[in-house]
Amino acid sequence: MTDTSNPAVTASQVLRTPLHALHLASGARMAPFAGYDMPIQYAEGILAEHLHTRAAAGLFDVSHMGQGFLIGPDHATTARALEALCPADIVDLAPGRQRYTQFLDETGGILDDLMVTRPADPDEDGALMLVVNAACKEQDFAHVEAHLPLNVRLIRAPHRALLALQGPKAAEALEKHCQGIGSIAFMSAASTLFDGISCHVSRSGYTGEDGFEISVRADKVERVARALLREPEVKLIGLGARDSLRLEAGLCLYGHDIDRTTSPVEAALTWSIQKRRRQEGGFPGADRIQRELADGTARRRVGIVPEGRQPAREGTEITDASGAKIGVVTSGGFGPSLGGPLAMGYVDTAHSALGTPVQLVVRGKALPAKIAAMPFVPHSYFRG
Amino acid sequence: MTTRYTKDHEYVRLEDDAGVVGITDYAQSQLGDVVFVELPDVGKSFKQGEQAAVVESVKAASEVYAPVSGEVVAVNGDLEGAPATVNEDAAGKGWFLKIRLANAGELDGLMDEAAYAAFVKSLG
Repeated sequence: MTDTSNPAVTASQVLRTPLHALHLASGARMAPFAGYDMPIQYAEGILAEHLHTRAAAGLFDVSHMGQGFLIGPDHATTARALEALCPADIVDLAPGRQRYTQFLDETGGILDDLMVTRPADPDEDGALMLVVNAACKEQDFAHVEAHLPLNVRLIRAPHRALLALQGPKAAEALEKHCQGIGSIAFMSAASTLFDGISCHVSRSGYTGEDGFEISVRADKVERVARALLREPEVKLIGLGARDSLRLEAGLCLYGHDIDRTTSPVEAALTWSIQKRRRQEGGFPGADRIQRELADGTARRRVGIVPEGRQPAREGTEITDASGAKIGVVTSGGFGPSLGGPLAMGYVDTAHSALGTPVQLVVRGKALPAKIAAMPFVPHSYFRG
Repeated sequence: MTTRYTKDHEYVRLEDDAGVVGITDYAQSQLGDVVFVELPDVGKSFKQGEQAAVVESVKAASEVYAPVSGEVVAVNGDLEGAPATVNEDAAGKGWFLKIRLANAGELDGLMDEAAYAAFVKSLG
C-alpha cells in the first residue's frame, strides 16, 4: 500500500492531516502513505475494522486526498474545460450529482482517477469540486492548470479536510448531525450544516457500502470527527481495512490496478465513459479509447478467486493450465467479509471469461484459481 | 523447558529431542490478523536462518526463518483451518513446526527470555 507514496519525501517532510493527534490518541499504528503519516489500523486490527464497517459504520480520515474547485462563468464552460482532460460526460452532470472519471494522457493511459461533483446550489453554477488521489494531487493540479482556458481557474483546497463515513448505519449516524442528509441518493451531494458547521457531503465512498464523504474546513474537522465517534455505531477505521474493503468491492487503487500503462477500457471502467463522449471523443487518447471500445483490448482487468486459503499478492504471475503466462495480479489479499483470498489483475482477454480456470504462481507453486465476477461482496448503495 | 528467541521474532522451545518453532507474541501483534500459514513438508531440512514458513496477515506476507538447523519432524496442521490461533496463542497452540536439532550448540547464539524481552523493549 505504500508503493504510491513519493519516495522523495523523507521522514522530516512527512505531512500530517488535521486529525493526526486524534489518530495517535486512538491507538493508531501509523505509517507513511502518499507523503502523509497515516493510520494503517487501530487497536482492534484490520479484520475487526473491516467487519465493523460492513456491519455498522466506519469513519475514515482521508484528508490526505487532493481537493480542489474548478471555477468558470457557467456550468457548460467549466464542464467542457474538464471534459478536455477526462472521458466522462460532465456537461450532462445534473446539479447536486457526482461522477467518477479519470485524467488521461495523450495515449489514453490513466494519470489518476477522481470524483467530480457539480454543486446543487444554483448560486454555485460554474463550479465543479474535484477529489483526486493523495499521491497524484500535485501532478494532477499542475496538469489541470496547464490545460484550462483563461475563463476557468483551479482553486486548490488544502485547507479542507475529508472524512468518509461508510457502512449500513452511516446514514443513521450522520442524520443525527445533518438533518435530511439521509434522503440524498448514491452519487449525489449537498452543501449542508453538520452541528452548525458548513460542509460538502456526498453519498459515495470506497468500500461498496452505503456511506458519505464529508468535506469540511481543516480547523473544524476534529469537531465533526469527535461528534461522529460519540455515536455508538461509529468507529475509526484505518487504511488497512480501507484497502481490503475496496478490494472486495472491486474498486481500483491508482498506482496498482490502474496507471499510465492501462486504459479505462482495459481496466473495465467503460461504464464511466458516457455515450456522448464515446461517440464524440474530444478527450486525450480518444483515438485509442474509441478503437478499444469498437475492437476490444488484448488484456482486461478481472476478479480472481483462489481455490484454497492462500492469498496471492500484487505482482503474482497468472498462468493458464499449461503454465503459460497470461497476466499478473495487481491487488490481492484476504477478504474478511468474503472469508477467503481474492485478487484482481489483468489477463489476456481470451482467458477473461467468468469461471475460466487459471493458476497463480505464489513462491514457485501454482495455486488453482478462477476468474470471478466483481464486486466480490455485493455493493449496497442507497439508490433513493 | 528451554526457549530461545531470534532477532526475527521466532522462538524455539526444546521439548524432548525436538524444538518447537513459532513466532512470538510480539511478532503476531505486529503482523495483525493471521489469515494463512504456509508450512514446509515434514522431512525437509533447513539450515539456521533459512526460510522455513510464510505467515500471511490481511495486509502482507512475512517470511519465517528456521531458528536452528535440522529436519522438520512435525507441522501444526490445525493452523490450516484456524490460522487465527497464531494471534490467540502464539507461544502455545499457534506453533508452526517441530524441528530435530542438527546442532544444539546453535541455541547458544540465540536470546533467552530476558534478553528477548529487552530486545523487544529496545524496538520501542
